[in-house]
Amino acid sequence: MKIGNLLHVRHGLVLGCFCLGFGLVLAFTDRLTSKDIAARALEDRQNSLSQVIPGSIHDNDPVEDKLVIKDAGNRDITVYRSRLQGKVTGVAFESFGTGYGGEIRLMLGVDDQGRLLGVRVLAHHETPGLGDKIESKKSDWILRFTGLSLGNPPVERWKVKKDGGQFDQFAGATITPRGVVRAIKSGLDFYAANKASLIAEN
Amino acid sequence: MATDYQRIVKDGLWDNNGVLCMLLGMCPTMAMTTSATNGLGMGLATAVVMAASNLLVALFRDRITQEVRIPVYILIVAAMVTLVDLTMNAWMHELYKVLGLFIALIVSNCLPLARLEAFASKEPVLNSLLDGIFMGLGFTISLTVIGAVREIIGSGTLFADASLLLGPAFKFLEMRILPEDTGVLVMILPPGGFLVAGLLVVAKRILDVRAGKGIQMAGAHSV
Repeated sequence: MKIGNLLHVRHGLVLGCFCLGFGLVLAFTDRLTSKDIAARALEDRQNSLSQVIPGSIHDNDPVEDKLVIKDAGNRDITVYRSRLQGKVTGVAFESFGTGYGGEIRLMLGVDDQGRLLGVRVLAHHETPGLGDKIESKKSDWILRFTGLSLGNPPVERWKVKKDGGQFDQFAGATITPRGVVRAIKSGLDFYAANKASLIAEN
Repeated sequence: MATDYQRIVKDGLWDNNGVLCMLLGMCPTMAMTTSATNGLGMGLATAVVMAASNLLVALFRDRITQEVRIPVYILIVAAMVTLVDLTMNAWMHELYKVLGLFIALIVSNCLPLARLEAFASKEPVLNSLLDGIFMGLGFTISLTVIGAVREIIGSGTLFADASLLLGPAFKFLEMRILPEDTGVLVMILPPGGFLVAGLLVVAKRILDVRAGKGIQMAGAHSV
């Protein structure tokens, strides 16, 4: 009985020592890498922002000028503002839609008149070769939204062609473009609903 | 001793190949072989984890008691995966953006665990390190070949985005084999993975039979 107990203690000690050892190694690596990882994450954010906010309309760093607002679905949306000489010239924020394979995350850039400066897909789970044409590196489909706004086309035409709207779906995929168009529209609605607080300081 | 090392190399790369012979690690094999580049990246990351964890287990094998060996192995593999994940995120960020989601999958890959249990827990340090490296490379080659076949038939390209993974110097690898939009979509979807992996297993066995070796029994040599 006693020997059995001792063995149990030994197994526990072996396992405990390994946990402690690797825990230390991981803690050390985390310390070593956390600064670089944070820097890379910031660069990523700046990159995705620079794709939807042209450099010519701001002299600030939009990543630093942010604001959190709740959207219609009570979700926290971080809004990044671009300014030229202190005046808000545009905003960028994420919008969410549902595609064939789950959630599609978009980054929208909107200028102070409510026109789209650009739209990019940040993440999606759509079918490779079909639904992934929403990525800007696979196809230029997503670029067609630049310059559009809630009045142009009229609100009831903000749909894919199959639903009586004006946007092309692509061969073999309707659900994906439908999800993207809806996400962009809901992003523009969000902008319209919060316009006052977004560009209040102008 | 020299023949011993040769045996380990041959086992890893061909005779006892993790994917094509032992059929281990099917989860990343199916998920990551939509292109040759993805397969290559996933394979290399797995190889690093396998070499490191094999080495560690061989080093500590006298300390690891029989009863707690499985949790310790899992701990070691998980720690190695986390190390790779953190360092890649910090210092190889472009590559991390391509592979990041899948690095964590290595923990669920049974191939590293199988090699720890079947090989590294019984063999000397150098042998275990070699086994980890070459089993990992065998895994890499299988994934790259499956990925290449699926990519050529499915999207008509080969090694697309290889320069993202390996650096701009490897831009020459990126090829378009078939004209755009002629790909057979099913090959990029999950069924294509099973089809290609199955056909490659058959091809390997035919080659082995032709070579007069008969069909290798999975794990027969080292278990």
